[in-house]
Amino acid sequence: MNETTITAQPGTPFIDVVREFDAAPAQVYRAWTDPDLIPRWLGPDGVTVELIEYDAAPGGRYRYVHRDADGEYSFRGVFHTVVAGKQIVQTFQYDAWPDAVSLEMLTFEDLGGRTRVRTHSVFPSVQSRDQMIASGMEHGVRDSMTRLEKVLAR
Amino acid sequence: MIKEIVDKMEERRDRAFTALGDPVRRAMIARLSRGEATVNELAEPFPITKQAVSRHIQVLEAAGLITRSRDAQRRPCHLNAAALEELTSWIDTYRLAAEQRHRRLDAVLDTMKEQQT
Repeated sequence: MNETTITAQPGTPFIDVVREFDAAPAQVYRAWTDPDLIPRWLGPDGVTVELIEYDAAPGGRYRYVHRDADGEYSFRGVFHTVVAGKQIVQTFQYDAWPDAVSLEMLTFEDLGGRTRVRTHSVFPSVQSRDQMIASGMEHGVRDSMTRLEKVLAR
Repeated sequence: MIKEIVDKMEERRDRAFTALGDPVRRAMIARLSRGEATVNELAEPFPITKQAVSRHIQVLEAAGLITRSRDAQRRPCHLNAAALEELTSWIDTYRLAAEQRHRRLDAVLDTMKEQQT
């Protein structure tokens, strides 16, 4: 089982996410950037994803909206560097927190039929990074409650 | 509104993390995870004064990590398990959201492979 590793050293504005996939870099890259495929995975469980625009090319933009029972959450950014199958440098913004724009540097590493994707995110401040991590809490807690309900209903 | 809630959560978390930054206090938390204990019982394993032990307990109490019974004569300390869980869930839920996203991506990659063959 491939596990997601997240490193958020206290007192730094960085988040590092590392994950391996059982597919070649070309395929992982395609799933990561193809507007037809992105809505099928981009987001936690229980939200629908609508892509408003997604132009993975140097200078291109992306924008998408997550929706769940409680409302909608929109995200946007621009692509700075895009090297197919190898590297993406982009900005990331949660529209409710426009001050916390982060710079994301993604690399797709070829492990021979498998791919290691690293995302290094740089936030404007330690505080904005901590807020972004804390914001995941609300969703996560609700997801856990839903799962718990399903288990209890058996 | 969200910012205020997050700020409050952060303040509480900072206090809790600071409290846990001390090996004696971590050992006390570990001891309390096995059940309630009096100040004397908590002090036992450490070569420090009872006053120092009391100070450590005050820090843990102020951080919301432990509570003390008011009524009983011996005033035992209890672990506040919910506060500890909140600390671990902080990073875990962010990880969970990423993991869910990545598992969905795994499924997309599987479909792509099937379509190729």
